[in-house]
Amino acid sequence: MAEGTEEKQMEAQGTPKIRSWLKSGLQSTLPQIIAVFLAFLVGAAVLLATGHSPVDAYSAMLSGAFGDIFGIGQTFTQATPIIFTALAFSFASKCGLFNIGAEGQLIVGAFGAALVGISFSGLPAFVHIPMALLAGALAGGLWGFIPAILKTKLGAHEVITTMMLSYVATYLTSYMVNYPFKAPGWVAQTVPIAMSAQLPRILEPTQVSASIFFAVALAGLTHYTLQRTTFGYEVRATGLNLTAAENGGINVKREMILALVISGAIAGLGGAGEVLGVHRRFIDGFSPGYGWDGLAVALVGALHPVGVLLAAALFGALRSGGMTMTRVTGVPLDIVVILQALVVLFVTAPVLIRYILRRGGHKG
Amino acid sequence: MINVGLFAAAVRMATPIVFASLGGIFSERVGIINVGLEGMMLTSAFSGVAITFFTGNPWLGVLAAILAGGLLGLLHALLTVKFIGNQIVSGTGINIFALGFTAYMSQVLWGSRGASETVQGLNVVAVPLLQDIPIIGEIIGKHTPLVYLMLIITVLCYIVLFRTPLGLRIRAVGENPAASDTAGIDVFRIKYQCVMISGMLAGLGGAFLSLGHLNLFAWGMTGGRGFIALAAMIFGNWMPFGAFGASLLFGFADALQMRLQALGLLPPQIILTIPYVVTIAVLAGMVGRAAPPSDYKPYSKE
Repeated sequence: MAEGTEEKQMEAQGTPKIRSWLKSGLQSTLPQIIAVFLAFLVGAAVLLATGHSPVDAYSAMLSGAFGDIFGIGQTFTQATPIIFTALAFSFASKCGLFNIGAEGQLIVGAFGAALVGISFSGLPAFVHIPMALLAGALAGGLWGFIPAILKTKLGAHEVITTMMLSYVATYLTSYMVNYPFKAPGWVAQTVPIAMSAQLPRILEPTQVSASIFFAVALAGLTHYTLQRTTFGYEVRATGLNLTAAENGGINVKREMILALVISGAIAGLGGAGEVLGVHRRFIDGFSPGYGWDGLAVALVGALHPVGVLLAAALFGALRSGGMTMTRVTGVPLDIVVILQALVVLFVTAPVLIRYILRRGGHKG
Repeated sequence: MINVGLFAAAVRMATPIVFASLGGIFSERVGIINVGLEGMMLTSAFSGVAITFFTGNPWLGVLAAILAGGLLGLLHALLTVKFIGNQIVSGTGINIFALGFTAYMSQVLWGSRGASETVQGLNVVAVPLLQDIPIIGEIIGKHTPLVYLMLIITVLCYIVLFRTPLGLRIRAVGENPAASDTAGIDVFRIKYQCVMISGMLAGLGGAFLSLGHLNLFAWGMTGGRGFIALAAMIFGNWMPFGAFGASLLFGFADALQMRLQALGLLPPQIILTIPYVVTIAVLAGMVGRAAPPSDYKPYSKE
């Protein structure tokens, strides 16, 4: 049944063009697809073991994610920030860096955009929106710059520093909206941003905003940068073989700093999109873990833009359908996080997938 | 506000970090990064409370915590040693899994995502003689048994790793797996064992957090301590006593943070950043002196 769910989700998402791409690329994407399938299978076992029906849970998820316009809207709303964080993780990854702090970069980006959004009024939208987006990218970029400097100048491992900075980002922004920028009322949030800073919603009455266009464009742009420019080549060379790149005359430290700053800026833009397009203010704890979603999506999407977009749609559907599933069946929403983790664990070891395939598709 | 009580609290808050950083050492000594310490601690903290909840015996809870950590260690070893998966991705997957699994099960068992019901925790035991020494007695003389166990295990880890033939084999596997293999050491077996021990030690750290400290499980209660433990391991130069000392520093930052919160002079959100900022500062202060004992490459027989 898990397989059915997966296929249906793929079909529902895919235009014929994407489906044909899927077919031609099936060979290379097979490990990813199997990883997703296995994750749903193990997830079904968890559901069964805790007294829930996997069929009910997964079908509620499916109808929640695609059953009506609200579901579809919610799916794309959830997918949008995930695309950003996945691209952020991918970009740093191509340079051989593990930016696991996209969550924090997203959060400070969101706060930066909110600050610009609430601080100015009377600006035309075509000035105010870019300013707010830029603020988000700058804040996220700064949150990428700190671990970059710590890594290249002082040798501190980015896995630890980006993670620590995520906590700092969460608490600092929480302080901001609990004290200096707190809106009247009991919720820890800022006042609404000015109308002129609002990104338009593109599928009323749902919350899908124009931010999704930026996300898709950015997928193309980062791919082009990495594959077709000298800078992208140097970034990839650094990621593939640090010593060789250095011997080849590439300033690897510079590439690493730039890659982490760009990575942070991408995540920051995602956060800005959430504030300008969805929430229209900064709310404490608005991210349910988009940073981690992005990491999983980047890995499932094999760090490729098309893969990232498809995987983000799947994970957006998980989050959107998950809410319906919780409402209808009472299954805790955290099953979504479990599925996500299982996908990561299965994807990390392609050898494991081949091993399972040889054993006839059965695990354990 | 700086008094003996603060130092006692520092020892207490250092305990989970010491356990996890010793776990980190065991894993890294055989060439495997264990970014999953955080998730192993969290799962263990949960398992400890869950088993105590059902049995009423916190020591069974501690056992369950060790077991849970060991199982996740086995998973990490399987994925990275047998299936040559990326070590950081595997560890991160374990962290995400732990976050989702414990929150899910917390709702299944207690109907709440935020926190479990309170369970019987481990009692504070005052050590005779030790507690009578002035100052020192007050700092390390009255704790839950896991704190004493932490002190003992730190020494044990040093002895095992640096004073026994097994320790020599472990270090050899990390430093030169091919030569170790030639010398007749079962490289894979040592790696499996060490990564499982790593998980079990992290499990003890998790057990301390939930059973020796709060007597309940709370969502994400490890709060990055697995990563802080990695920093302690690096700062301690992959040596048990070094990691112990570094953990004390981080434990002190944590204790100070709690003390400051109680005083209420600064907003709690600002104070809560202290342990993370201290960790970053300490890592930054290393200035490239950190050299891991192995190169983390997966080993395969020719």
